[in-house]
Amino acid sequence: MDIALAPETLARWQFGITTVYHFLFVPLTISLAALTAGLQTAWVRTGKEKYLRATKFWGKLFLINIAMGVVTGIVQEFQFGMNWSDYSRFVGDIFGAPLAFEALIAFFFESTFIGLWIFGWDKLPKKLHLACIWMVSIGTILSAYFILAANSWMQHPVGYRINKAKGRAELTDFWQVLTQNTTLAQVFHTLSAAFLTGGAFMVGIACYHLLRRKHIAVMKTSLRLGLVTVVIGGLLTAVSGDTLGKVMFKQQPMKMAAAEALWDGQNSAPFSIFAYGDVSKGHNSVELSVPGLLSFLADDTFDSYVPGINDTNKAEQQKFGPGDYRPIIPVTFWGFRWMIGFGMASFAIGLAGLWLTRKKFMLPQHLRVGEDEVPHLVLFKNKPLGPTLTAWYWRIAIWTLAFPLIANSWGWIFTEMGRQPWVVYGVLRTRDAVSPGVFQGEVIASMTVFTLLYAILAVIEVRLLVKYVKAGPPELTEADLNPPTRIGGDSQDADKPMAFSY
Amino acid sequence: MQLHDVWFVLIAVLWIGYFFLEGFDFGVGILTKLLARDRPERRVLINTIGPVWDGNEVWLLTAGGATFAAFPEWYATLFSGFYLPLLLILVCLIVRGVAFEYRAKRPEEKWQRNWETALFWTSLIPAFGWGVAFGNIVRGVKIDQHLEYVGNVWDLLNPFALLGGLVTLTLFTFHGAVFTALKTVGDIRERARKLALRVGLLTAVLALAFLTWTQLDRGDGTSLAAMIVAVVALVAALVANQVGREGWSFAFSGVTVVAAVAMLFLTLFPNVMPSTLNADWNLTVSNASSSHYTLTIMTWCAGIATPIILLYQGWTYWVFRKRIGTQHIADAPAGAVH
Repeated sequence: MDIALAPETLARWQFGITTVYHFLFVPLTISLAALTAGLQTAWVRTGKEKYLRATKFWGKLFLINIAMGVVTGIVQEFQFGMNWSDYSRFVGDIFGAPLAFEALIAFFFESTFIGLWIFGWDKLPKKLHLACIWMVSIGTILSAYFILAANSWMQHPVGYRINKAKGRAELTDFWQVLTQNTTLAQVFHTLSAAFLTGGAFMVGIACYHLLRRKHIAVMKTSLRLGLVTVVIGGLLTAVSGDTLGKVMFKQQPMKMAAAEALWDGQNSAPFSIFAYGDVSKGHNSVELSVPGLLSFLADDTFDSYVPGINDTNKAEQQKFGPGDYRPIIPVTFWGFRWMIGFGMASFAIGLAGLWLTRKKFMLPQHLRVGEDEVPHLVLFKNKPLGPTLTAWYWRIAIWTLAFPLIANSWGWIFTEMGRQPWVVYGVLRTRDAVSPGVFQGEVIASMTVFTLLYAILAVIEVRLLVKYVKAGPPELTEADLNPPTRIGGDSQDADKPMAFSY
Repeated sequence: MQLHDVWFVLIAVLWIGYFFLEGFDFGVGILTKLLARDRPERRVLINTIGPVWDGNEVWLLTAGGATFAAFPEWYATLFSGFYLPLLLILVCLIVRGVAFEYRAKRPEEKWQRNWETALFWTSLIPAFGWGVAFGNIVRGVKIDQHLEYVGNVWDLLNPFALLGGLVTLTLFTFHGAVFTALKTVGDIRERARKLALRVGLLTAVLALAFLTWTQLDRGDGTSLAAMIVAVVALVAALVANQVGREGWSFAFSGVTVVAAVAMLFLTLFPNVMPSTLNADWNLTVSNASSSHYTLTIMTWCAGIATPIILLYQGWTYWVFRKRIGTQHIADAPAGAVH
């Protein structure tokens, strides 16, 4: 059979496409739920209208995203059985458990309370309504935790034994699956990156409005909140990325060697920032690298030994039998760089923004602005940026919106491709995981259907987002400012239109 | 009773919960074309299930996840074997979820009509499709000695399974009509009751045929009892509907769903998916299940989480307990963003 259309290749493409697409919405959902909850808390505590308007505005964008996150998530759960039935048979005993936990503990929570939050503005007292969005936020985080525990087990299987008679892996220690260092590092890294993503989303959209001098009070608040989120999220992403990297150097040396295109192991290995030439064929014609940095990243010292692709391949051949244990080197090499590069760029823009919009008390009288004025960007003390530079900052910050999304996608492509040819590292090869009974035509059909459907939905989603972003935060109505005092709504309002309806 | 038997029961419970809950919201989706006369009425229908459909759907995700964890072989054979029908159902569930959330996000009539049409078809197809799927599971499919499905998609479209599909389609539509009568006021409520009578009678005929076929084919005493409960409850639901007791009518249509699905699982046990090729190749609760350890921790999780889920989901229905009518639908001025 033509290798390009082999069931394994098709199933992998389908998994890649549906996963990367799903993961555009997941980080936005996680972070926007928490940020919306934070804004609504500010409204409940202070009663300031700008917070309620911000809650409604970001809440709406959150809902548009979560709708897509939820529906594309259904495909994820079912395609293990559809395309990867031998995988499901082999690891279901272990991998299924966190998935079931996710459904029982996180999904129910999230989906039930989101219904309450959307439709509950005129049905629930203020504080109870606020509690609902926090519940949604907790649900999204729990969900991420369980699914990452399942994924971490594929990266570094623990707490299991192989049952030869049944031909499968069986769980022996669930606690270890939930708490192994791979899981904790991945959860930490993915969640901080999610907040970096939501922060950049907020910054980008706030800057869009500030550039046009619209909805200033709400957007100023959002800008600061977004910038702080980007900077904290970015710092934590870097710290957790370093932690995760160290874990992976130990657990998946091949992935990290491939990430660096380090062909032969060496002491004080350099970190390659940029390479030109064919990284898949040994070392490169032009390369910019920092000596010793890779050793430091792997092991905290500048001169320690880092194994290379060739030696790791030989070691794995001795351990697992003859074969090629190298992933596709250029994809891992560049994936790793795009992930770090785009993540760092958004962090840098956030840091610059935070510096440029320093608090009022640092500024002299003439530079202080009120609620309804676009903030001055101040480079040094008392020294505002000129209008051209200011406009450029807004413009660049709008583009930042996309950077973490790109970084997230490459991060997943890197981590999943870098594990090949294994689906469960050292235990099960990807080619042994596909469904043996599924016809090539069926996989082609489903891949075509999902790709087309996802493309159409992407157009619809982006257009809706643009429409709601442009519309800006809504004006408040009488009903918004007078939430009900009783569960189910106040009785004298029996025939009033619902505050929200489909 | 061994742990894998407990999990067979729990998975039955999850499917029963799913069909009970999403059954009526599929039904309401179908009624948007059958019952509603104009746009405000369609919106009333959609809003009766607005706050709850998402929570209802999670019962399916949980059933899927629990099957993966508790019966990996069943999950693998079922989902790889029923590949194309499942693909169709998945596409419907995707479009349906988006339809709910996006329909009201633009004021243009054409935009909303398109999503309403999508909502109708994406409610109708899964309502039919799940019945076909369960018809095949109960009847058995071509499974070989490696527990792999070796039939093709046409094998799944046999008369028994297709009849099963018609039963779920009509039963869910009836369940949805009764739910609509319970949740609305005014003209729409009256018409929902009239429609419920007609759909209910059709359901009764089809369900009686399908359940009798199932019973004769592989039933025993307990399945017969479940069948009788299902049929009696359906008649009771029709009677309650006729005398205007909508709460009772909905409760009875719910009992019909519960008893009918329970009957299917009763006839299935101890198999989870029989083989039509050789009885030795049946997928059973013991050869398809996970290890004792996995089932134990899952039992703890389900034991603690399920009552809590029932509490807060139940509470949701209480918060939104008021009936709605066209007067509750704010007529958004053109171009307004809400």
